[in-house]
Amino acid sequence: MNEDDLDRNRRHFLTVATAVTGVAGAGLVAIPFISSLKPSARAQALGAPVEVPIGSLQGGEMIRVLWRGKLVFVLRRTEEMLAQDPLSADEFKDPNSEVLDQQPDYAANATRSVRPEYLVVEGSCTHLGCAPIEDFEVRPAEGWGGGFFCPCHGSKFDLAGRVYKGVPAPTNLRVPPHRFVRDDLILIGQDTGAA
Amino acid sequence: MSRIEAEVGTPKGGFMKWIDDRFPFTETMRYHVTEYYASKNFNIWYVFGVLAMVVLVIQLVTGIFLTMNYKPSAAEAFASVEYIMRDVEWGWLIRYMHSTGASFFFIVVYLHMFRAMLYGSYKKPRELIWIIGMLIFLVLMAEAFAGYLLPWGQMSYWGAQVIISLFGAIPWVGDALVEIIRGDYSISDITLNRFFALHVIALPLALVGLVFVHIVALHEVGSNNPDGVEIKNNKGADGVPLDGVAFHPYHTSKDLVAIIVFLMIFSAVVFFAPEMGGYFLEHANFEPANLTATPEHIAPVWYFTPFYAILRAVPDKLWGFILFGMSVILPLFLPWLDKARVKSIRYRGWIYKSALSIFVITFLSLGWLGVQPAEGIYVMAARIFSVLYFAFFLLMPYYTTIDKTKPVPDRVVYHD
Repeated sequence: MNEDDLDRNRRHFLTVATAVTGVAGAGLVAIPFISSLKPSARAQALGAPVEVPIGSLQGGEMIRVLWRGKLVFVLRRTEEMLAQDPLSADEFKDPNSEVLDQQPDYAANATRSVRPEYLVVEGSCTHLGCAPIEDFEVRPAEGWGGGFFCPCHGSKFDLAGRVYKGVPAPTNLRVPPHRFVRDDLILIGQDTGAA
Repeated sequence: MSRIEAEVGTPKGGFMKWIDDRFPFTETMRYHVTEYYASKNFNIWYVFGVLAMVVLVIQLVTGIFLTMNYKPSAAEAFASVEYIMRDVEWGWLIRYMHSTGASFFFIVVYLHMFRAMLYGSYKKPRELIWIIGMLIFLVLMAEAFAGYLLPWGQMSYWGAQVIISLFGAIPWVGDALVEIIRGDYSISDITLNRFFALHVIALPLALVGLVFVHIVALHEVGSNNPDGVEIKNNKGADGVPLDGVAFHPYHTSKDLVAIIVFLMIFSAVVFFAPEMGGYFLEHANFEPANLTATPEHIAPVWYFTPFYAILRAVPDKLWGFILFGMSVILPLFLPWLDKARVKSIRYRGWIYKSALSIFVITFLSLGWLGVQPAEGIYVMAARIFSVLYFAFFLLMPYYTTIDKTKPVPDRVVYHD
């Protein structure tokens, strides 16, 4: 072919158009593969709400349940636990539960709960996901008002799951969506929006 | 025709000629084996590359046989590993070879990397070999991490929980990313299944491919040596470097000795201390995964502990993740951080020698601190050593510039 006959603009356009189409095609093909990595329909179904009977739960007792494979603590706090507040607000990173996503609106209150005596929080440290250990004994000398302690990296939380300052966990323990079906039955994983 | 050529045999006809007309067999053997010249003054530091390949083969072979009996499901994984240990003939040996191989992989790779730091093997013209090597190291870390989840023990589960949660620290996309890694709302059967896929197919494939290009790149520029002298600058009349000897049979026979000694040590561990006091196989992993309770004391396997200590030293989630990631990635930039004109430690001044010594102490100390509880004095010490770790890399452009170096000889020398 004669050099003069060569339409370089046309060739350049075709090259770019082919490349762009190829890249777009590859990008579209990637969608099903990446989507297949997301929780499947079965995983979502298994993540259905769980019912937790609390009729026999005594004051100061805590039960552990699994919701979506995640550990959830249900603690029935006693009058003393609710009454004692030996620590001032500036010892906590988020004393008033202002960080969104860490609790539904109806739990963004002083006790971080729907009903004051029942604390429902995910048993997953907000640092790197270890299960905190409960330690409800109050030891004012150590500055410990009772709460949860993470064995992995030393994060500390109070009896409402509020994170202390100076520990690696950035936020309070997460309160999952939940509601009281009856006085003795909590449904975790579903709410009516306002509890 | 050179002497070496005569040994391999020039294709004159017959079977080899038939092959060579269709596939560059003889040519490739010459280029990479019989006529690949490496310096004659190699010392013991130069055996860890070949040992890493030996461990890779051990891991591939034992891994294939383990796959034949292992079941990648949350309900059956733990029991299938016990089944391999108790009911499969020689299953215990194959599994212990694989678990011990994982630790030995890191031992030889760390020593191999240290060799590069001793003799400046990452410096021009070998930057790309070093970068590919660092990619191998990253894939190896991912491979080891994915493999550790498979027995579905307590440490498998909670170790994975901690490491996967790390990615949740990334702003904006963190939570979505974690969900894509797990494929579920928590670490589950689904996560185990995909980690199995990564561990037995995706990552080994990447590993073998990267090792291949690592060696191709090495054979293009030629091996460094303890003097840091470019042997290609001094060639004889036959075009062979005066200080070089052929990889085969000279370096291979030396490597064979190293391989035998290595296998003696490896076997001793496999037979007498496969758990290595809880460092190679952690005690908590002899319990099946329990989703409701984290083990009292959680630590990664020893080869991740230096970086883990840095992560724990930072009292902030995002910064912990950033510094942890940086500590792993920083060595990649060594070719450009190191401004010294000489390669080998033999011709460097006291400043680099001191810096490298402090770095070795720092790395080992961080490794030890990573298995200690995260409290009091340990955290403080981890912070100090973390600063030293970063200082080694970040101050390198400065201290390698002012360091007084000695003149480098033209040819390799012998030090008695």
